[in-house]
Amino acid sequence: MSAKTLYDKLWDSHIVREDESGTSLIYIDRQLIHEVTSPQAFEGLRIAGRTPWRISANVAVPDHNIPTKDRHLGITDPVSKLQVDTLSKNCSNFEIKEFSMSDPNQGIVHVIGPEQGLTLPGMTIVCGDSHTSTHGALGALAFGIGTSEVEHVLATQCLVQKKSKNMLIKVNGNLNRGVTAKDMILYIIGQIGTAGGTGYAIEFGGNAIQELSMEGRLTVCNMSIEAGARVGMIAVDQITLEYVKGRPYAPSADEWDKAITSWQYLKSDEDAHFDKLIEIEASSIKPMVTWGTSPEMVTDIDSTLPYPNNGYNTTLQPALDYMGLTSGTAIKDIKLDKIFIGSCTNSRIEDLRSAAAIVKGRKVAKNIKLAMVVPGSGPVKQQAEAEGLDKIFLKAGFEWRDPGCSMCLAMNADYLEPGERCASTSNRNFEGRQGQGGRTHLVSPIMAAAAAIEGHFVNALEYLDN
Amino acid sequence: MEKFKTITGVVAPLNRDNVDTDAIIPKQFLKSIHRSGFGDNLFDEWRYLDHGEPGQDCSNRPLNPDFVLNQARYKNATILLTHSNFGCGSSREHAPWALDNFGFRVIIAGSYADIFYNNCFKNGILPICLPVGVIDSFIELTQNNPGYTLSIDLESQTITDPLDTIVHFEIEEYHKNTLLDGLDEIGQTLIYKNDIKQFETNHQFKNPWLFKTL
Repeated sequence: MSAKTLYDKLWDSHIVREDESGTSLIYIDRQLIHEVTSPQAFEGLRIAGRTPWRISANVAVPDHNIPTKDRHLGITDPVSKLQVDTLSKNCSNFEIKEFSMSDPNQGIVHVIGPEQGLTLPGMTIVCGDSHTSTHGALGALAFGIGTSEVEHVLATQCLVQKKSKNMLIKVNGNLNRGVTAKDMILYIIGQIGTAGGTGYAIEFGGNAIQELSMEGRLTVCNMSIEAGARVGMIAVDQITLEYVKGRPYAPSADEWDKAITSWQYLKSDEDAHFDKLIEIEASSIKPMVTWGTSPEMVTDIDSTLPYPNNGYNTTLQPALDYMGLTSGTAIKDIKLDKIFIGSCTNSRIEDLRSAAAIVKGRKVAKNIKLAMVVPGSGPVKQQAEAEGLDKIFLKAGFEWRDPGCSMCLAMNADYLEPGERCASTSNRNFEGRQGQGGRTHLVSPIMAAAAAIEGHFVNALEYLDN
Repeated sequence: MEKFKTITGVVAPLNRDNVDTDAIIPKQFLKSIHRSGFGDNLFDEWRYLDHGEPGQDCSNRPLNPDFVLNQARYKNATILLTHSNFGCGSSREHAPWALDNFGFRVIIAGSYADIFYNNCFKNGILPICLPVGVIDSFIELTQNNPGYTLSIDLESQTITDPLDTIVHFEIEEYHKNTLLDGLDEIGQTLIYKNDIKQFETNHQFKNPWLFKTL
């Protein structure tokens, strides 16, 4: 038998049938559902008189629209409320498990999947959300789909797919102190561009990846889509197994040995063929900051903004204009208005711990109008509070909110006003992403925390050492 | 789904790379629980000078005169011509819904983001991919010739310009047939329901922990 990549193995073990052209019917183990991309899918199901193929394969949670404060008052925006209520109604009609807004385990769909053990190694996982790539960190094949495909999976438990090509991004060596998983993935996107991974499933490997915690791996896989790849994944190892063990929906004790025996093969064979290999030296990565309106417009903390002849051509000037910045400006001279620590990229306990360590005993700078921390889930929030992180943030002048997508995409009441500039731990810096006219700089949690204290960008390392 | 055969229509050039789905349809309009009604808000932040909200009457909103779709010559465009990595970012199918609701039947671009590309076929929109050089020349022709139209024939996979120059395009067989036949894809998959059941039985035997009742 020929050597296989992790992606080949996951793909092959889920083929229901394949036609001559290579188009395959792929079985889906888990579908995660949220309120924004599902109402039309349930509606389609109802119109066609169809029922879900396997109810227990589906789990739902509202996250995009929900308020992050005064949640007991409910949702004030009637349009958002209708969408969240519609999810509950659909779940109740079709008997699908929902972590509702008042459930203590509610959170961002890509945080609660792994946290609850609903995401497991070896699974195929889909969700009507491009950041489904996150779940690949556990050695799963996970990708975002559109609403028609959500309906397709509900009705058939399958998707018609064409296999992607294999790409290996190997991050060798060790990350320097003060450089995080977020900096690593931003650096990679800067290297290969936002379309660099289009048509590929990316496996992340190499020493620096293996040394990441599960939280860090989830951050890296999360932003595969910003590198153009629907799928990002990391081989199963001891860190994966330790993370999964004992989670509410993980295999029970009597199934555990059988499960880990089958999961140990979830890594690429030594001589497996990759269509593309990219090698990166971890020690060359510095803390990163995006400066433009695409995640590939990124540089390190010690740099200055590029001039038009430096490769970006037609997109550079419009991006600088939108961002209200000029070529030659030092990243460290960019002053901020708001700080957002949260999103499916960086809202897990490790993210909050690292940000709190920077913030501890310090105060948010006077020019910062709002600094907020939005934990990724109820359990993350509880854990953080048990460790006293909430008090550290509150004392420094941060707001401590309830879990949800919040200002990553600003569908709820958390958004930027036109012209406001934000250091954000989220994943997209597109025009208007955090609010019409808002200006987003993507950074790691420690860089966002340090920027909150300083009022402008600064190398978080200076705070780690003092 | 409506069958797609041929179309002749006015071409509107969107002269940008990396047009993301947040730009195609901003987030506030994703709160709708319906599949239609997104056309007035297509490219909302570029198209209007004010801030748009769902449910608003767009007929009185101030238009951005510089935005291509606000120019009279492109008013009835059914073909959108643009550069590379079109539809990147969010998986929202509201993006093809908005393009469809506006009246676009075909997109011609240098390349597409994967999820958006797939979503187009679910909605009867034909996304054509052409080399960058060909895109550049079409953009120039469109800008220099008011009322510039192209004819697209999916069966023969050709684009014909007003001077009868023919450009061939590639498309996967499965996608082509989906559009040509306007098939109910779920119905097509359910033809194989016995294969799915058989797979599922084997899969459950090997991985029983994947089949927990939640």
